[in-house]
Amino acid sequence: MGETSLLSIFITALLIQNVALFYLLGMCPFVALSRSLTTAMGMGAAVIFVVTLTSSANWVIYQILEATGSQIIQYIVFIIVIAACVQLVEMIMERFFPALQASFGIFLPLITVNCTVLFISLKVTTVDGLSYIQTVVYSVSAAVGFWLAMIIVAAINEKLDLIGRVPKGLQGPGIIMVITGIIALAFMGFSGMV
Amino acid sequence: MNLKELFGKKGAKTVKNGIWREHPISSATLGICSALAISNKVENAIAMSAGVIFVLILTAIIISLLRKIIPSRVRIIIYMITIAAGVTIVDLVLKAYFPIISEAMGPYVPLIITNCIIMGRAEAFFVQNPTKLSLLDALANGLAYGYTLMAIAIFREIFAFGTLLGVRVTPAGWVDWVVLAAPAGAFFVLGTFLWVTRTLAGVEPPKKS
Repeated sequence: MGETSLLSIFITALLIQNVALFYLLGMCPFVALSRSLTTAMGMGAAVIFVVTLTSSANWVIYQILEATGSQIIQYIVFIIVIAACVQLVEMIMERFFPALQASFGIFLPLITVNCTVLFISLKVTTVDGLSYIQTVVYSVSAAVGFWLAMIIVAAINEKLDLIGRVPKGLQGPGIIMVITGIIALAFMGFSGMV
Repeated sequence: MNLKELFGKKGAKTVKNGIWREHPISSATLGICSALAISNKVENAIAMSAGVIFVLILTAIIISLLRKIIPSRVRIIIYMITIAAGVTIVDLVLKAYFPIISEAMGPYVPLIITNCIIMGRAEAFFVQNPTKLSLLDALANGLAYGYTLMAIAIFREIFAFGTLLGVRVTPAGWVDWVVLAAPAGAFFVLGTFLWVTRTLAGVEPPKKS
């Protein structure tokens, strides 16, 4: 990406190459939590927070690893940083923002195994080799993209529940897949914007 | 083939649960990111399943051997490190011997680390059971994951590209279903797959929250 402008990074990550709808990542929490709009909002916000934190930390760490020629342990280091960040955020929130902690609740520990987080860390370092400021912009917009996809699907799913005419076997994850597919089709319309 | 004679009573139950009754993808919807992302070509699906099965087995051996000495407070980190080490091996092997597949799979290889099937089995099974049973469980879950990925990939490759493992199988004048190659197609195929398997296996729909 090298010289790409920050605005185009933002639009690409948010709409065109949305992590959920284009790279198909973070699907486990996506399916599990898209049943209600409130939980989707909570998880989405927690993801935005953690992704920004971890990918900027991992960017710095990757530069150190590269300088010392020890990229081979990259995956292990990245995953430990993510787990540690999540733990740290949880502890800080517990101590200083108990109300916020209560609303994020169970979502925080789950984020460690959300593939979006690891993917964004890898993307900004090995895959694209972004600069620091690009990394921050990319992480925020990709995470907001995830949040956006999640609340769209959750909102549709909530309305669908009210009508309640989904075949039995398709209920739950099945119908969420189909809704997400339709939204992904709609998002394909954004390609070519940048 | 009689599973009970082959693996003993407990082993047979483990295998059956893994492959069909508690199928990781259709009943628990675990590990679907890679099932979606990597299933547009059969060769990628094969490489992905092989990688996941290898890491699952490695994790099963290490975690079940260490299960008595892992302190429960730090167990998650230990699973993570074990899995990440396994994935590093897979990544290096792919890069060295199958550079084309490695290129095509890109960042999805390291993302095996966050494949929740491995983490889920480590937490639910490997840490509580002896090595032999854990190995069976790893194999069963790996196979279940593999055949699902393969089923989706075969379907998508034939309809989206008109080929199977790179060989043209469709008649002349075949029009590719481009949408199946796109991410959206992956969602539709997996959604249908879930519908069929959950109906056949009689999985109860989740309760409304």
